[in-house]
Amino acid sequence: MAPVKVFGPAASTNVARVLVCLEEVGAEYELVDIDFPGKGHKRPEHLARNPFGQVPAFQDGDLILFESRAIAKYVLRKYKSEQVDLLRESNLEEAAMVDIWTEVEIHQYHPALSPIVLECFIYPTLRGLPTNQRIVDESLVKAKKVLEIYEAHLSKHKYLAGDFVSFADLNHFACTFYLMDATPYASLFNSYPHVKAWWEDLMSRPSMKKLGVHLCNPTRT
Amino acid sequence: MAPAVKVYGWAMSPFVARALLCLEEAGVDYELVPMSREAGDHRQPDFLARNPFGQVPVLEDGDLTIFESRAVARHVLRNHKPELLGSGSPESAAMVDVWLEVEAHQHQTPAGTIVMQCILTPFLGCKRDQAAIDENAAKLTKLFDVYEARLSASRYLAGDSLSLADLSHFPLMRYFMDTEYASLVEERPHVKAWWEELKVRPAAKRVTEFMPPNFGFGKTAEK
Repeated sequence: MAPVKVFGPAASTNVARVLVCLEEVGAEYELVDIDFPGKGHKRPEHLARNPFGQVPAFQDGDLILFESRAIAKYVLRKYKSEQVDLLRESNLEEAAMVDIWTEVEIHQYHPALSPIVLECFIYPTLRGLPTNQRIVDESLVKAKKVLEIYEAHLSKHKYLAGDFVSFADLNHFACTFYLMDATPYASLFNSYPHVKAWWEDLMSRPSMKKLGVHLCNPTRT
Repeated sequence: MAPAVKVYGWAMSPFVARALLCLEEAGVDYELVPMSREAGDHRQPDFLARNPFGQVPVLEDGDLTIFESRAVARHVLRNHKPELLGSGSPESAAMVDVWLEVEAHQHQTPAGTIVMQCILTPFLGCKRDQAAIDENAAKLTKLFDVYEARLSASRYLAGDSLSLADLSHFPLMRYFMDTEYASLVEERPHVKAWWEELKVRPAAKRVTEFMPPNFGFGKTAEK
């Protein structure tokens, strides 16, 4: 069976989303360099894979996919086993919990945390722009409100969807990693002990340790 | 006997309507528990116990409490009409997921901004932000070009069968097509035909009854 292919840079949070799932299921894959710094994602060869000119794109034989969460779910279903079932789609209640907290990452968690990563790391490091501290401060207020809710939830459940690790937890990897590793605000989680314990548990997973290395070394855009 | 399924929210919200549309398509008996946005029902403790983020809709199905409209939609269809999630094969499920993500990440914000600016600002006593409208109209132009190409090659977004990827567009587009930017759809024959087919589905017509063009503000817009 030919390895599946992922197109895009490993340091992209959305590419990382797919890679962490591939690592979790132990799939064989090939990461294809599409010259992201040179705008390879906007050229016809990549647009044929992703009409929106974004990364990642994905190929499994004749099947071409885009949108990181769609790709990730395909991977998690294809390589599902007795030991590794990160979507729980044969259990209505568990699947619903996975879906809820996957949506929460998109609509609550990421919008609160990512401006901090952008202002403190991405813009200064990759674009030479100064940090807009007002945006950081506003985002910290939002982040605290979200983290309070996560703290209450993770006081009752070991992981976001229940007592099992799932796609919902994995979706939080890249954004949180950058906050912890590349901004001065890692200590934000200290006020939320269950959230901190959840994060440290996730980071002890081999998949996250392996991919964290790539996130530390982003290419210039 | 009271329905086992309850939806909490105000039905003119495109997010609540997404949940209702799926229930209607699946033929599931449900009760809509009305809430008042103006009265701040979504910020009350009993609602926060259902959704700590204080947003509508919430669906209760027996012992399950589900929030986030796309999680609600997936649950309803997984339980009652999995073919609308492309359950037939891994490839078809993946294609439904792809175009659902496109709806969420490419369509919702620009279409929602235009609806907010063109329809809601008069009711809220704000002025239109034409720069925001123009920026988002440009994004939608590119988006609908992609949809036109896609729908020229396949009958529905995810393939030859209707799916949640198509249905998920309906609630916001119901309002968007009342704005002058409807021309972006009208000018693209395959997107137009796709929209025309969606809006005459009995389920779509049913939820549209709860979605008045004035968003339930009731009075005429302030000038």
